[in-house]
Amino acid sequence: MLKRHGLSVFAVTVAALLMLPVLVILSYLIKADGALWQHMFETVLNDYLINSLLLLLGVGSGVLLLGVPTAWLTSMCDFPGRRWLSWALLLPLAVPAYIIAYTYTGLLDFAGPVQTWIRDITGLGYGDYWFFEIRSLGGAIVMMSLVLYPYVYLMARAAFLEQSVSSIEVGCSLGYSRWRALWSLALPMARPAIVAGLSLALMETLADYGTVQYFGVSTFTTGIFRTFYGYGDTAAAAQLAASLLAFVILLVMLERYSRRRARYHSAAESRARADLIPLTGSKAFLALMICLVPLGFGFVIPAGQLLWWAVFEAEPLGWEFVNLAWNSFCLAFLAALVAVTLAILLAYAQRARPIKPVRGVLAMSGFGYALPGTIIAIGVLIPLAWIDHRIIALFEGWGWDSPGLILSGSLIALLFAYTVRFLAVALGSVQAGLEKIKPSLDYAGRSMGHSPLAILRKIHVPLMRSSVLTAVLIVFVDVLKELPATLILRPFNFNTMAVRAYELASDERLVDAAPASIMIVLVGLIPVLLLHTSIARRRPQ
Amino acid sequence: MNLMTKAGPIAFAFGLLLTTAAQAADVVNVYSARKEALIKPLLDEFSANTGIKVNLITGKADALLKRLQVEGSASPADVFITVDAGRLHRAKTAGVLKPISLPALEQRIPASLRDADGYWYGLTLRARPIIYAKQRVDIKRLSSYEALADSVWDGRLCLRSSQSVYNQSLVAASIDAIGKEATQDWLDGMVENLAKPPSGGDTDQLKAVAAGVCDVTIANTYYLGRLIKSDKPADQKVASKLAVFWPNQSDTDNLGRGAHFNVSGAGLTKYGKHPQQAQQLLAYLASDAAQRWYADINNEYPVVPGVAVSATLESFGAYKMDPIALQILGEKNRQAVQLMDRAGWR
Repeated sequence: MLKRHGLSVFAVTVAALLMLPVLVILSYLIKADGALWQHMFETVLNDYLINSLLLLLGVGSGVLLLGVPTAWLTSMCDFPGRRWLSWALLLPLAVPAYIIAYTYTGLLDFAGPVQTWIRDITGLGYGDYWFFEIRSLGGAIVMMSLVLYPYVYLMARAAFLEQSVSSIEVGCSLGYSRWRALWSLALPMARPAIVAGLSLALMETLADYGTVQYFGVSTFTTGIFRTFYGYGDTAAAAQLAASLLAFVILLVMLERYSRRRARYHSAAESRARADLIPLTGSKAFLALMICLVPLGFGFVIPAGQLLWWAVFEAEPLGWEFVNLAWNSFCLAFLAALVAVTLAILLAYAQRARPIKPVRGVLAMSGFGYALPGTIIAIGVLIPLAWIDHRIIALFEGWGWDSPGLILSGSLIALLFAYTVRFLAVALGSVQAGLEKIKPSLDYAGRSMGHSPLAILRKIHVPLMRSSVLTAVLIVFVDVLKELPATLILRPFNFNTMAVRAYELASDERLVDAAPASIMIVLVGLIPVLLLHTSIARRRPQ
Repeated sequence: MNLMTKAGPIAFAFGLLLTTAAQAADVVNVYSARKEALIKPLLDEFSANTGIKVNLITGKADALLKRLQVEGSASPADVFITVDAGRLHRAKTAGVLKPISLPALEQRIPASLRDADGYWYGLTLRARPIIYAKQRVDIKRLSSYEALADSVWDGRLCLRSSQSVYNQSLVAASIDAIGKEATQDWLDGMVENLAKPPSGGDTDQLKAVAAGVCDVTIANTYYLGRLIKSDKPADQKVASKLAVFWPNQSDTDNLGRGAHFNVSGAGLTKYGKHPQQAQQLLAYLASDAAQRWYADINNEYPVVPGVAVSATLESFGAYKMDPIALQILGEKNRQAVQLMDRAGWR
């Protein structure tokens, strides 16, 4: 019995553990403070809702518009620059949203160089001319779309690349044009991946605090922190967070429902080299431009500005930065390893035995991604500290010295929080990769007497290598950028680059924050480049 | 090389369990909501003087407070440092602090700048006056915070978001002085007068005034001090266009309570394992040397009367300070946020 269901039991246990912090937050729902809710309902709640919805709508359209066409062009078409663009388009992923926000603010604000220059050459004063107000809902949408589109791009591209040549070719031989084949075959087949990328981007949008707070946009998340910091009311903040979560659950269920029983498998062979659509002349130029826009605005301009600040204006870096970079790198690497391993096991447990309890907990284990890091951190801290206190009581009962806070006071708490928060990222990518592998391969493996784990190791992981690598990359970069949970949970004397950048930026020393910010971007580039070389080995040349 | 790459992660993995490092004998463990750059140099100096090692975690005040609460009796923290009296008061009511009575602190720090029961002590003073554009504002028009609600300032006022605890405390002080209804009127009037929706920090408001987006704002003086002392021409240009106005100074009307001040401060934690060292640290932070450091490096006013301030602070002129007992800022914080919500101050 246990042997047969071992994987399922394991999956349910792990998922339940990962849900613990989310459940802690949800548990606050039962102690609602009527008066505070009444007040918020009368004053600010409406604003929070409308702004959050507009933000979601805007960023959702933005990431699709930037992510899908670029993924299609770089994986299906051939044009000058395609090969380096295919990895360069990932670069904005390494730029944290709040950092791109303050970088563009520095450039485009009324006091920034662009508007000052306009005023100087025209002689106009403030208010005499129209200029895009960067600190606005629109500004927040643009900023977040620019750094979040790589989620869609990555997932969509992996899907396009793993799509079998034959599906498209069969389509063409049945009289579809290339573009018709895109609309009717390639896009629907890539849909699980695109939706996975989109939901990651949207969940990240909901969880964002830094950008909206800096731009003065009142969203649900700023509301959570207003209650937490302003009212000092953890319970009310947790209740707001729980409502946010309810909204996310609704979204996820809607998506599942709309997909219902549709399955998108393909034979697991990668695309052959011959069938890239060659683009020449104006078409090639257009394709190049479509790819250069997100790259330029999402990476080149902000990174250039940061570099300028870091080199010419900021306080110079000391040797301490080696330490910061090392801490950040190790944390991100460990977290990525843990999250992706768990994601593979969970996703595979569901595939091996798609029974209700497994599917249920799996669907819920990813919700941590939509919650702000601070809220997750509190959800992690409460159960871990509880266990710590039991351990201490046990030790003292035996007459030993207290071991201190083994779990909640160490990096274990931090790794746990990262896994809770970023499991969704890993799961999304791994599940999308797994779904494209035909179940017949599982049956074949099973009929040859292999155990589920052996099938996973011998068949699935090699077949979905690019999906797994993608998952590792995204979690790595996400942890590198992560701030709020790191800030609360880190042990004594332990700093990361994101913490340093935040401390300087929140002290309103934006320029001095540039060296740490550019370091985040640079360390984030390492896995992007590794991923590229790794995928390139199996790509058409 | 190979050995190095292997040894690194192993050393790191050991770090996972190094929680007890903070328990050695001659140390003091600090949770600080003051940024590392604005506290670490002082802590280093303290270590050099006394041989006591200081372990530090920085973070946001309420998050650190939550951590202290959850950790309870097992918490390794000895000292809690934060900005804003409201937060200090919140820590006291949350039951994570322990009252102490140290002559070194009580004699040096005025009573209004520390908790009446000795749970926390103010360490630096932060002024939040009106700052205006020299060229466009007739100083005779300026009088009090309340007067910023006059229609004279329609479209000429910039304010930082009400998310900022500095603004919340300013409003809390007003509730105490003039009551809830008058404060609500004042807030409504100011929101009417805003030149643009609130966004960014205090420095951004100063830049907005300098660039002509608006003519007046309310900001902490150390942000202006930083622009004045900056070696960047752009910052100096901004600073050169601005001046400080100390509001509510009149001795003749009922609004003459004085300009709004707040503190950064510290207290001992309830379950700290190193109370001796912690008290030594607090005494050091109130010493002349430490007080002067705050004034020189971050342009904050010393809490200890008689400590010389920097030339920059000197240039802001003399002022009368609102003598409100600072713990009231904490007690009225919730009301303040509610009034700001109602006024539509984002």
